[in-house]
Amino acid sequence: MMGRLLSRIPALLRAALVVVGIYLAATAIFSGLLGQPIPASLMTMYMFFVIVGVFMAFTFTEEGARAMAAPIRALVENPALRPVRNIVFLLVPLAAGAFTYTKMLPSLEAPVELRTIHPAPPSTFKAYGKRYDLLTLENPFRKYEKEDPERFRALVAEGGKIYIRNCQFCHGDKLNGRGPFAPALNPVPLNFQDVGTIAQLQESYLFWRIATGGPGLPEEAAPWISSMPVWQNFLKEDEIWKVILFLYDYTGHRPRAWEK
Amino acid sequence: MNGPRRSRTARGGLRAGLLLLSALMALLLALPALSGALGLANPALAGEASSAASEVVGNASAATATPAPGAPKTTLADYPRIRGVNSRVLVWLVAQLHLWFAAFVLAVPIFVFIIEAIGMKTRDKRYDEMAYEFIKVSITAYSLTAILGGLLLFSLLVFYPQLTAYLTRVFKESMFYYALLFFIESAALYLYYYGWHWLQGPFAKWVHLTIGLVLNAAGTTLMFLANAWVTFMMSPAGVDSAGAYLGDPWAAIHNYLWNPINLHRFIANIAYGGSIVGAYAAFRFLTATRAEDKAHYDWMGYTANFIAIAALLPLPFAGYYLAAEIYAYSQQMGITLMGGIFAWLFIIQAVLIGTLFLSANYYLWCGMGRSEGAARYNRFIKYIVIVLVGAFLVWFTPHTLVLTNEELKALGGPYHTYLGPLGIMPAKNTAVNIMILFTALSFLIYRRANRVPTVSWAARGNAIQVALYGAGILNIFFLGIYHGYFTNTVYKVASSIPQVMTTLIVIAASLVIDAFIYRRAREIAPLRWGRIPDRAQYALFLLAIAFTWLMGLMGYIRSGIRQHWHVVGIMRDNSADAITPTLGFAANVVSAGTILFMALVIFVFWLSELGARKVQPAGYWQE
Ligand code: HEC
Ligand code: HEM
Repeated sequence: MMGRLLSRIPALLRAALVVVGIYLAATAIFSGLLGQPIPASLMTMYMFFVIVGVFMAFTFTEEGARAMAAPIRALVENPALRPVRNIVFLLVPLAAGAFTYTKMLPSLEAPVELRTIHPAPPSTFKAYGKRYDLLTLENPFRKYEKEDPERFRALVAEGGKIYIRNCQFCHGDKLNGRGPFAPALNPVPLNFQDVGTIAQLQESYLFWRIATGGPGLPEEAAPWISSMPVWQNFLKEDEIWKVILFLYDYTGHRPRAWEK
Repeated sequence: MNGPRRSRTARGGLRAGLLLLSALMALLLALPALSGALGLANPALAGEASSAASEVVGNASAATATPAPGAPKTTLADYPRIRGVNSRVLVWLVAQLHLWFAAFVLAVPIFVFIIEAIGMKTRDKRYDEMAYEFIKVSITAYSLTAILGGLLLFSLLVFYPQLTAYLTRVFKESMFYYALLFFIESAALYLYYYGWHWLQGPFAKWVHLTIGLVLNAAGTTLMFLANAWVTFMMSPAGVDSAGAYLGDPWAAIHNYLWNPINLHRFIANIAYGGSIVGAYAAFRFLTATRAEDKAHYDWMGYTANFIAIAALLPLPFAGYYLAAEIYAYSQQMGITLMGGIFAWLFIIQAVLIGTLFLSANYYLWCGMGRSEGAARYNRFIKYIVIVLVGAFLVWFTPHTLVLTNEELKALGGPYHTYLGPLGIMPAKNTAVNIMILFTALSFLIYRRANRVPTVSWAARGNAIQVALYGAGILNIFFLGIYHGYFTNTVYKVASSIPQVMTTLIVIAASLVIDAFIYRRAREIAPLRWGRIPDRAQYALFLLAIAFTWLMGLMGYIRSGIRQHWHVVGIMRDNSADAITPTLGFAANVVSAGTILFMALVIFVFWLSELGARKVQPAGYWQE
């Protein structure tokens, strides 16, 4: 019944309906239901390839392609459709013009910044008056996880205290980047629960970032406006290692490591 | 299929001579490998072969610890400039153009060899003719490759003399053999091409195929040698920390990233060669006027697309392997590659790769129109589209989003709660495995288009295939989701291997079952070559262009992650251009290169049909 009804709609219109339907459904689900809208840059890419997909599905047969092209062909060739044609030929350049105009119009919105969230670390860096080699640097406490679990638990607990005293204001008491200061900051404090932050990094990388903070960001991480403090000024070296233990322990992630 | 009997005895001697020649070439080929192996076992011995004097110097320096010359330390003055020439962009473009052509001319003989062998097995002359036509396209491109290679060498000598001198010092052996191999390759290529119609017949065909083998062995070895120089610049080996060469050529060649790049390039080149030849066939199809020409070029296009797809399927794995090895070699390079500034280019890469998959599939679906029997399967295609596009959207969803400030606030951070997890490797791996499985499915359906099975167990066989696919997909999802999101990072990487195995097993098993089901199948409608819409030909063009652009982009990324180093950690780039250009600038250079390459390729296509054109000028020549 439904299928019969559908097949009576011209192919081009059906294709357009599919595209619009997908767009509306995605918007409703992500912006409405889940409360996490799909950013415009991504949505544009999604919709572009949805359109490509619909086009492919409708035109891979000869009949399909002809049915898709029929209304357009009729518009151009059918003498009876002349008034419609004139209107369309007027509207299309106008729409293109309007689109260009709105795109070029200066807006109050700040330009999009392609900030590199995880810049490449240097091979060595200075902190606590020493030079660290990031290639070989390891967490000195990590070994206790196997060798002395009790001691390890104690170190994690100490790390937790350090975290609550220093970090949760920004990174949140659930380590989700939603601390009380967070709404005022840009770039926002990172969410350690996310699969894309500390779960993708080695402990040496974290040590470098925590010890040197926002000011220690390399050139690539422009515009260097991170509010992340330089913790080597406030914490001792082993306190940083302990807080790193805590970050991984609390979130259940493992530091990135490679099998030999 | 008897050979030309008349000439049998007359040519016997010649053939024997040729055989000897090919044996000789094979031996010559083995030489560098041999000397490399010797070098590995005993560096002193290898030194003896090349130059006794240098061996003495080498030993003396080792004994008395005189500092061996390290990598040069350059200043701005060491980089000659020519007014009006941007040396970096020039070297970049020339190297890229050389690589594009080289990839093409190395790849074509590989599948020409295979097609020739298929022709010999089936005794179907059409294969032989097609193989010949393929090699004909690459022969003009061959001289362009060499010219561009020369241009590259001169540009390097002129603009980067210190780096070139240093690399030459480290790679003197392999550079020398490279030049030798180039002779062998040229000789083999010309013999293979010009001898095609001459070496026909039961025995001569084998000689010809052997020449093809020599050609391929020389070509592939050439590429592997050149790869060593490139990977040395990323992951130097065989030198001390100051860059002084330690005397073992094999150690410098067999550096950390050598094999990962060898593998990825070898496979990618085949896919690339297939796509370029496909574009050639499409070009000829669109310009052909006679029905039999259309049929011929349709078949050629189909074969080329098949080659491209077959090589495309394992590529993502080779790519991930390469990226994983880069990461393992250096966290810094790995993060620059996948997490740092270059990560934005990977979004483009993902889009291009998806485009490859989509256009190759679209071509297959359009090709089903060659037979009336295919209409039965048309209704399945839309589901394949849904799965492919869905997987593709996951494949290119970035982890770090491009956000306006409004959106940043709305999301509460740079990551999307629901789409963010799609941005990391396990999701990508799952998506790409699904894409590969369904591309193989498109191919299975295409194969069935014009046939009905006659075996009694066809329905059961079909059910087994469906079950295989179902189980495979479930397993891929399970591995991706469970290992990807609920275990630690090491397993995330490790889980991609069982995923790949699942995909490969499902594809191989379905193909085998299919071959049995459709043994002695009844043909219900003939396959009419040439009956394919022009749209499909444009899909072939798109395939070639997307491939070219992708290669240029990835080549830039691979080279760009060295940042301010000529040779990472050993020789700094102190030229004025030792910067990472903006993404837009890099993309423009790659685009300009692509356009240049395409223009040259069109020229090559045009040349390859020029030989057939004849003009009889009236009254010009004396009668
Ligand atoms: C004033 C707010 C603030 C405080 C307090 C703070 N951070 Fe941060 N932190 C940030 C911001 C903002 C970022 C993100 C920008 C950046 O990468 O620099 C960040 C980033 C990080 C990162 C990098 C994560 C990644 O995925 O690259 C780590 C690790 C980190 N913080 C750890 C800590 C630790 C541990 C503490 C406590 C000792 C702490 N931070 C305290 C603001 C803060
Ligand atoms: C998804 C994972 C992939 C990753 C991480 C990846 C990574 C890379 C990198 C770093 C290079 C540069 C190598 C060099 O210049 O020598 C490269 C080259 C290339 N890649 Fe990939 N790749 C992936 C998948 C693919 C796929 C699916 C294709 C093809 C469809 C592909 C096609 C190519 C091509 C054509 C080159 C150029 C090869 C050459 O230089 O000869 N890659 N890839």
